[in-house]
Order: sequence, then structure tokens, then C-alpha cells
Amino acid sequence: MGEQSQQTAPIQYDYTVAKMFLVSTILFGIIGMGIGVFIAFELAFPELNNLFGEFGTFSRLRPIHTNGVAFGFTLSGIFATWYYVGQRVLKVSMAESKFLMTVGKLHFWLYFITILLAVVTLLSGLTTSKEYAELEWPLDILVVGFMVLWGISIFGLIGIRRERTLYISIWYYIAAFVAISMLYVFNNMELPTYFVTGMGSIMHSVSWYAGTNDALVQWWYGHNAVAFVFTTPIIAIIYYFLPKESGQAVYSYKLSLLSFWGLMFVYLWAGGHHLIYSTVPDWMQTMGSVFSVVLILPSWGSAINMLLTMKGEWNQLQSNPLIKFMVLASTFYMLSTLEGPIQAIKSVNALAHFTDWIPGHVHDGTLGWVGFMIIAGIYHMTPRVFKKEIYSKKLIEIQFWLQTTGIVLYFSSMWIAGITQGMMWRAVDEYGNLSYSFIDTVEVLHPYYTMRAIGGAFYLVGLFIWAYNIYKTFKCGRELSDKEINVNASPMAS
Amino acid sequence: MFHWLEQRPFFFTIGVFMVVAFAGLIEILPNFAEASRPVVGTKPYSILELAGRQVYIKDSCNACHSQLIRPFKSETDRYGMYSLSGEYAYDRPFLWGSKRTGPDLHRVGNYRTTDWHENHMWEPTSVVPGSVMPSYKHMFSNTVDVETAYAEMVAVNKVFNVPYNKPIKMKDGSTTTVKLPDSLDEAKQEILKEAKEIVKDMKNQDVKDMVEKGEIPEIVALIAYLNSLK
Ligand code: HEC
Repeated sequence: MGEQSQQTAPIQYDYTVAKMFLVSTILFGIIGMGIGVFIAFELAFPELNNLFGEFGTFSRLRPIHTNGVAFGFTLSGIFATWYYVGQRVLKVSMAESKFLMTVGKLHFWLYFITILLAVVTLLSGLTTSKEYAELEWPLDILVVGFMVLWGISIFGLIGIRRERTLYISIWYYIAAFVAISMLYVFNNMELPTYFVTGMGSIMHSVSWYAGTNDALVQWWYGHNAVAFVFTTPIIAIIYYFLPKESGQAVYSYKLSLLSFWGLMFVYLWAGGHHLIYSTVPDWMQTMGSVFSVVLILPSWGSAINMLLTMKGEWNQLQSNPLIKFMVLASTFYMLSTLEGPIQAIKSVNALAHFTDWIPGHVHDGTLGWVGFMIIAGIYHMTPRVFKKEIYSKKLIEIQFWLQTTGIVLYFSSMWIAGITQGMMWRAVDEYGNLSYSFIDTVEVLHPYYTMRAIGGAFYLVGLFIWAYNIYKTFKCGRELSDKEINVNASPMAS
Repeated sequence: MFHWLEQRPFFFTIGVFMVVAFAGLIEILPNFAEASRPVVGTKPYSILELAGRQVYIKDSCNACHSQLIRPFKSETDRYGMYSLSGEYAYDRPFLWGSKRTGPDLHRVGNYRTTDWHENHMWEPTSVVPGSVMPSYKHMFSNTVDVETAYAEMVAVNKVFNVPYNKPIKMKDGSTTTVKLPDSLDEAKQEILKEAKEIVKDMKNQDVKDMVEKGEIPEIVALIAYLNSLK
């Protein structure tokens, strides 16, 4: 680890911005996943679509769910941890630079307003339709704005650092910043029609790319948005918080090096696996498949490095619920980075593509890996930024088991649903005619859709417990002295 | 080398950027010219169809429907001829989707009709019991934004050379042209003319009345778009 408690004592870290993002993580988590649970129930009980007129349909709400959790919850979590971890591993306080402090606050407010505007515009049907890039061009500009501010914050803090060597987490934050910026800009190249013609809605734009090209750029982006929002920064989080919370040194420096550069190189090639059997050239589809399989190496490299960090200390898994969250997160990371490549194999993809197995895969990654790491990271930060003991360990335990059950319900129902549907679409009778009409393949999914929605609801209840626990900590947690804070395992009341 | 990089954030960042950007350069650039050539029979969208496409996007139908028929017998039996790259030459954005909660729609114009859509969009379960598709009743009263649809037509014509007002080869050897109205006023007349063609086959009296008054309900445009998918 890059720091020791004795040495850090003189530096007074300033967590103002971290706290702001901490609040938005919880807020957007609840909104984004709340909508997710609602639309999951809509698939099981379609009458729910009519509750709020045109604003309540599955299709209007789905982009708000995806954007809400990816750019609301997850980005907030990434930023919150950055404004905490960054200072600590670079050994410099935000308070030392007025400029960086201002940038940090601006970063938060611009970000916060952008996400609120995103909700409003998507709800009113202003969307480009490209997945995870639905925001119309004026909002894209705001996104670029807050990304630039984040960049200034990262490199500004690095510029005034005391610790010369960049800790592993910093590598991953930098990578996330560089790649998200590049991908976002290229995929969102669009032509605002108003500026060419002087007519119509100023919000409207068309994609700069057409048809197959647009698909290619979109999935080069779409896949790597996954990589650089849901993977790299989350690895940054685990590389800091797991060693801190457990008091164990990272198992292998060489393995972290190999995994980092491997991930950087391989990930971007894998986007083609979203386009298998589409109209993009065959060789690209095969490249997508092959690189997806290769991707197991660096992904498992990181995950194994984390699990081995716990070597000889597995008893902590019993005593510390935050360790539970983090170890299970690594495990889910391994699961979904094995599942992804399997789905990228052409013959499996032929079956799995377009089915519910895909959202199933996404959610064991996002709920199990991303969600758990952000939850654990924020829990670890809470006593340090508020200088108070976590309100209840028991609540963390309950949350953990509730959410774990939720995830298992979610992905097992979606695996069954996806494979069932994929098999039914292609089933033929003894004359070689299709056995099922499409609606047969919809009706059969009802029990799985119900089970999935319930799984999601479990997870959501867990989020409410999380919010409550942190709120209570802030309100009435026991005050901690500096000595009580500078320990490994987070102080929590039973 | 790596240890050296870890102490030099500038070079580290450049290194990351190069490694990350590499795949995009190799994979995306070479395909660009090739993929955007239309196949014979592919024509640009008319103004009503384009307005309908905007409705399709506004309501994110692509969240549940694909427009990409893969080259498997089970798919061509169900949906028709597999999709070709050139058929998408005028699709900005592409609407392939990634999830088939409902069936593929790339050739839905071949086997569904205006009145079928009218009933289905109003209340899917009345036509297909057991459907989980939402009903889209609001499309029967909301009107489309003709000006924005026209703006899109003009913009793609100007900037991307989408061939409006030019002869386009059809599969049967004939040629056809898709007209780009000269002015907004002309566009309004043109879209109304196309809307009247669609409404002829519809039953909903409110919709008929709206078109009579010169308004274009979203449902009319959407159906024109769905009919164009062949
Ligand atoms: C929640 C998912 C969902 C959404 C959103 C959705 N659909 Fe559907 N759609 C379905 C399902 C399921 C079916 C199959 C059952 C049926 O015909 O109703 C279907 C069927 C259809 C069909 C009939 C296709 C055929 O081959 O029989 C058309 C046309 C259609 N939808 C158009 C649309 C349009 C246009 C929109 C957007 C306004 C839309 N759908 C939004 C789920 C959805």
C-alpha cells in the first residue's frame, strides 16, 4: 500500500467534494435502480405500462434506467472514490489548492445538473436511440464539460503530489478518464439539424455515421463504455479499498502490471462481439470473438490478484461484512468475465444474442461487481469522511444477504429465460417448419420475468438499507477520534 | 520501463491512449467507405416515413425490437430475407437494437398492414393476447413535428448527399425518385398528402379528423415508417 497511518497524520485531507458525490451516488442509485425494478415488473405485468400515460412505458423509461445507473450511480461512485482515494495515495490534500477545490465543486455541480437534465430530456422522448449514448447533443457537450473538469482534477492533483510513484488505482482512474473521453466524443458525433437548416427543434440531431458504420462505432463505444465505466475504475476502487480494509498488501505487483496493460490493449478489440452475424465484415466479428476470449486473461489476472490478497486472512470474511462485499464482488467479476467470452463465441452467440441472457450477463457484472464495490467503497469512506462510527454492522450484514439473494434470482432467471427463448426461436417440427409463433416465446417467459423483478426488488431494498445506514451514521453515529479512524477494518457499531 | 512510466504521468497517459486507440484505428477506419454504399432498391425515407422514424426513436421501440435479420434459416423463415449492409445506407442512426423482447421489424412492412398496426398500437393484447408490448394510445393524439422532420431531410441531403430528387434503381429494373420538398410549406402539403394515403385504411375517427384539419398524428407517421420496412 502507498500509505501508512503514521505518515499520513500530518496531512489533513479535505473530503468536501467526496461527500457531495457520496450523496449523489446514493441518490442516483436509488432512482436508477428504482426505475429498473419498475420496468422489470412491467415486463411481467404489462398493465403497469399504462400507469403514467406516455411517460410510464417500458420504452420511455428504459434509457433512464440505463443512463441513471451507468452515468448517475456508477460515475458518481467513481468520482466519490476518486476525490477520496486520489488525495490519499498521492499524499496531497485538496485543501492545499484553492484552484483544485473550485474545479472539484464545479465538477460536481455540472455533473449533477447534467444528470438531472438527462432524466428530464429522456422522459420527454429526446433521445438519439444509441444505447448508453442516448443523450442529445447539448447534453453531450455538458458531459464533455464535466469530463474535462474531472481530467483537470486528476492531473492537477497528480501535478502537486508528494508521492512520486503512481499507485495502481491511479493507473485505472487515468485509463478510465482517457478512454471514456475518447469513446464518448467519437460515438456522439452528430449533426444538429437546426444549425444546417435553421428549422425545427434545436435539440434534434442525426448521427454522423450511417447504418453499418454507425453500428460499428456504436458497439466499439458500447462495449468499451462497459470496460471503462464498469471495469477499469471499479478495479481502481478495489485495488485501494480491499487492501485498506483488510490490512493486507496487494498480492502481486507483476500481476497487476500484466493485467493493466493487457486489459488496455485487449478490451477495445472485443466490441465486435456485439455484431456477430450482423452486416459488419466477418473478419471483425471473428476478431471480436477471439479477443473476447483473450480478455479472460487480464480480467482474471486482476480478480485473482485481489482474491490472493486475502491469502491467510480468510477469517476476515466472517468478521467483516465489507470484506464479504469485496470478495464476492471479485467473484462476480470472474463469473461475468467468463460468461461474456462464452457469449462471444459465435455458436453460443447465435443462440444468446437478442435474448434475456444478455441482460442477465450485464446484471451479474453490474449488480455483483460494480454495485458491490461501490457500496463497499462508500461504506469504507463513511467513517473516515464523517469521522463517525458506522451506525450498524447488522444492517450491513442484512443488506449483503438480501442483495446477494437478489442477484442470484436475477441472473438465474435470466439465464433460463434467455436459453429457453433462444431455443424456441429456432425449434422446428418434423417437417422443418418453425415450431413456435413469436408470442409463444413471450408467454413462456412470464415466470422468469416475475422472478427477475423480485430479485431486482431485493437489491433495491438493500440500497435503501445502505442509504439509511449511512444517513444514521451521519446523524447519530458515535464520534471517532483520529486514532480510532486510522485503522484498517472500518469501525462499526454492532 | 513500467516503473519509469509509473513516475511520469504524462508519458503514462500517452501510453494508455495509444494502446487504447489502436484497435479503433485498425478495425473501424478501413470499413467506412465499403459499408455505406446502398444496395439496389434502397431509397431514402419520405417525409412522413422520416417523421415516423423519429416517433419510433422518441418512444425507443428499439428497446424491445431489432431490425437485423441474421442469416439463419430459423430467422429467414420467420422474418424474410436476411439483412444486407447496404439496406441501412440512409439509417442515421442505425436501429438494429440489441434485444428481441418483441419480434424483428426489419421487414415488417411485408406482412403487416396499416389497419393491423392501428389496432395493435392502440392495444397490443387485443390483437395478440399475451403480448407484453405497451399500448401506445398517446400516439393517436400527439402530433409529429413536421418542421424537424423536414429539417432532417434537408440536412442529410446537404451534408451527407442523401439522394433526394435523384433517380434510384429499384430491384425490378425501374427507377423511382423520392422528392425533397422545396420549402417548409411544400413539405407540409407533401406530408399531408402522404398521411391521407395512410388514413384511408384506418378506422379511428379522431385520427381521421385530425388529418382532415391538417395535423399529422404520430400514429400515422409511425405506420408509414413501419410500412416502409421491407
Ligand atoms: C416491452 C417491449 C416492447 C416495446 C417497448 C415495443 N414492443 Fe412491439 N412488440 C413487443 C412484443 C412482445 C411483440 C410480440 C407480440 C405482439 O405482437 O404484440 C411486439 C410486436 C410488435 C409488432 C408486430 C410484429 C410482428 O411481426 O408481428 C410491431 C409492428 C411492433 N411490435 C411495433 C412496435 C413499435 C412501433 C414500438 C414502439 C412504439 C414497439 N413495438 C415497442 C414488445 C415491445
